[in-house]
Amino acid sequence: MVKLDAKIPAGPLADKWAQYKATQKLVNPANKRKLDIIVVGTGLAGAAAAASFGELGFNVKIFCIQDSPRRAHSIAAQGGINAAKNYQNDGDSVYRLFYDTIKGGDYRAREANVYRLAEVSNNIIDQCVAQGVPFARDYGGLLDNRSFGGAQVSRTFYARGQTGQQLLLGAYSALSRQIRKGAVKMFNREEMMELVLIDGKARGIITRNIVTGAVQRHSAHAVVLATGGYGNVFFLSTNAMGSNGAAAMRCYKKGAFFGNPCYVQIHPTCIPVHGDYQSKLTLMSESLRNDGRIWVPKKLEDAEALRAGKLKPTQIPEEDRDYYLERRYPAFGNLVPRDVASRAAKERCDAGFGVNETGLAVYLDFADAIRRLGKDVIEARYGNLFQMYEKITDDNPYETPMMIYPAIHYSMGGLWVDYELQTTIPGLYAAGEANFSDHGANRLGASALMQGLADGYFVLPYTIQNYLSHEIQVPRFSTELKEFDDACKSVQERINKLMSIGGRCSVDHFQRQLGKVMWDKVGMARTKESLTEAIAEIQAIREEFWQNVRVTGERDEFNPELEKALRTAEHLELGELMARDALLREESCGGHFREEFQTPEGEALRQDADFMFVSCWEYRGADQEPELHKEPLNYESIKIAQRNYKE
Amino acid sequence: MIQNMEKKGLNLTLKIWRQENARSKGSFETYQVQDISPDCSFLEMLDQLNEKLVDKFEKPVCFDHDCREGICGMCSLYINGRPHGNDSGITTCQLHMRHFKDGETIWIEPWRSRAFPVIKDLVVDRTALDKIIQEGGYVSVNTGGTPDGNALPIRKENADLAMDAAACIGCGACVAACKNASAMLFVSAKVSQLALLPQGRVEARERVTRMVSKMDELGFGNCTNTRACEAECPKEIKISNIARMNREFFVARLQD
Repeated sequence: MVKLDAKIPAGPLADKWAQYKATQKLVNPANKRKLDIIVVGTGLAGAAAAASFGELGFNVKIFCIQDSPRRAHSIAAQGGINAAKNYQNDGDSVYRLFYDTIKGGDYRAREANVYRLAEVSNNIIDQCVAQGVPFARDYGGLLDNRSFGGAQVSRTFYARGQTGQQLLLGAYSALSRQIRKGAVKMFNREEMMELVLIDGKARGIITRNIVTGAVQRHSAHAVVLATGGYGNVFFLSTNAMGSNGAAAMRCYKKGAFFGNPCYVQIHPTCIPVHGDYQSKLTLMSESLRNDGRIWVPKKLEDAEALRAGKLKPTQIPEEDRDYYLERRYPAFGNLVPRDVASRAAKERCDAGFGVNETGLAVYLDFADAIRRLGKDVIEARYGNLFQMYEKITDDNPYETPMMIYPAIHYSMGGLWVDYELQTTIPGLYAAGEANFSDHGANRLGASALMQGLADGYFVLPYTIQNYLSHEIQVPRFSTELKEFDDACKSVQERINKLMSIGGRCSVDHFQRQLGKVMWDKVGMARTKESLTEAIAEIQAIREEFWQNVRVTGERDEFNPELEKALRTAEHLELGELMARDALLREESCGGHFREEFQTPEGEALRQDADFMFVSCWEYRGADQEPELHKEPLNYESIKIAQRNYKE
Repeated sequence: MIQNMEKKGLNLTLKIWRQENARSKGSFETYQVQDISPDCSFLEMLDQLNEKLVDKFEKPVCFDHDCREGICGMCSLYINGRPHGNDSGITTCQLHMRHFKDGETIWIEPWRSRAFPVIKDLVVDRTALDKIIQEGGYVSVNTGGTPDGNALPIRKENADLAMDAAACIGCGACVAACKNASAMLFVSAKVSQLALLPQGRVEARERVTRMVSKMDELGFGNCTNTRACEAECPKEIKISNIARMNREFFVARLQD
């Protein structure tokens, strides 16, 4: 059995990273030129890592599936990025950011990694400012901050509602500079199909060119996977259409352990589903909950009348409205963390009080705030969001309450990595949302951008050298080696198989079916029964997929149907793995809610004695159940507590 | 809500540009779609057409898209003669079918520009925009060793103007809208952002010179002040950025 070693440096928590950097092995400049690194993905983590590797003198190849590296889905993050600068003099510190992140993650993240994240958060802000990222500033010309959920300080830096865009464009500009210098070679519209191992180490990848369909080989001394999350296993999510978990699954099948696959975040404030042909869900920023009040009708007959369109929400008198978050959580009210708000909405809708034609929506009402502050103030704060809402729904939120419903947003789970961000495959690293490392069972707002850039700019450029220092004698690999032949052949066979089925149903049909099972049975509320059913149902859908999928077009051309089919095939396995992980975890924590494990008031109930570990899944073959390994979580600097948002 | 119950599905005729690949000749093909919900987005309407085409074993229409929330800049359709269709301040993915009438005929084309060759159907190659950024759309700082973020105060007004320019999503609608297929709005947005910030001043001269000459080399046309780019930009980037770039360029040339 493999022994998991997280390689956490010895010494006090606050000294670990400094100690690591002081004693790690480095690669001298002459040797860096001889070493090649592949980076898959051009989001915050991938672009930042590739640019930094290029600056150091390594040869880098970077890949993305879109037409340009600037399209990666990091671009869509709205709110901001956390850092422990304490510019507001409100008592923030590295320790406090670390503490909030661990607590927000419901005590399921690794202390040493999270502390390092908080430590480098300040460097990120400096780096981005130097790049020309136009962060919001106050009239004195200094950087402005806003507050975000799960913290008592204002530590969030932002660039209007487009922080992710501006940070990504900063990383993209650094990447572009290295591309011009020839240190980084960019491959766009090129999708990773397979990881190539030589003597057990990651030595390259096989890709498919999305324009020509050509299957190509690329070798390197190390591979970094920065391919984002897998929310699209659910079909409908806030992720981009192309976001997918296929590359991570392909690494998993080559021996990289998958950590905590069941931890996905469901964001409470998204625009509800409107019809069968909906392709994605749109997030409305969490900041709306600062002034909006969430409610549903108190009376079932009112809910029915609202659904049938016989009543308008503005006709429901105050005493017939149930402001259920304020009722259940008097201390935090509408500002409870994302997981709590999401479950409460589902609870009301399941009980029959939901609105919208579908009954799957609740109101987010600004009438009180407009009365209190005036329309102008609300417009200044949320004008762009209100406009976006109106464009999509054709309803004016100044006059009628918004309707919202939770949606899949972020995957905390991902490839298991050690302190160096190395997976269980030597030479394969995972960064950003693609790894499992920093958010435990629930991510706090404005922490995803922080983690992506921390991994890319400030962690990998160090830790990867500790590995590559042992590779300086290793010459460049020929892509003619048998290992590349075999990997190429397996990709070709997979493509041929999909093209030859010629079945009755489109790829989307299967992904939609999978998404429905995932949402109903592996979604916001899970039970032993629902998860057991889900595993059987996903297996059945997968079997049907391989017999009955229809992929039109040719293999050697621009063929979006084939792209989707290749990704859905992986999602059909990942969905099952998520259900297995959720079934194993007999507790509720963060985004993972098992109905059997709740307090009498309906709150998540952790089982620390039995489940304070990272579940790490090892692939055992197509017909075998995966094997579970556990990485115990030891908290040395933090006192474990039940999260409480009531008082 | 109340209106939803009465909303009628739309029946539409689509004239869509189909082109097998960069080398082949393209043409408009006609398709019918029925019972399209006015609440669905333009791209979701195309999804429904494609699902029907797959049902009939035909090749679906290829188009670029990704985030579907108006920020990635990937979607790029020329609809009834306008980039991103008949609404302002939005990308194609934010265009909703309620802007169309039952029975209407809709013409759908790719971006048209010498610098954006068609890859397939409605998909074009916009790597020319990346190449321009690679010529200087950055501040030359390496990772690490940067001063504290608050070491350099920046006038709020300039920071806000820089942000206005930095909002560009690189979709190329400005090029598609321009009769000269000029990329001036795109290039000037990046030049402006960095020219307005002290971090970017250090290499401002080299930046503007290199980016403009790359733009010319890649086959983009010149600006004749028609302001079509500004009218069609989904992020409403102002042509005052072009004026700023011209000034930067002129000063750089004078100093050469």
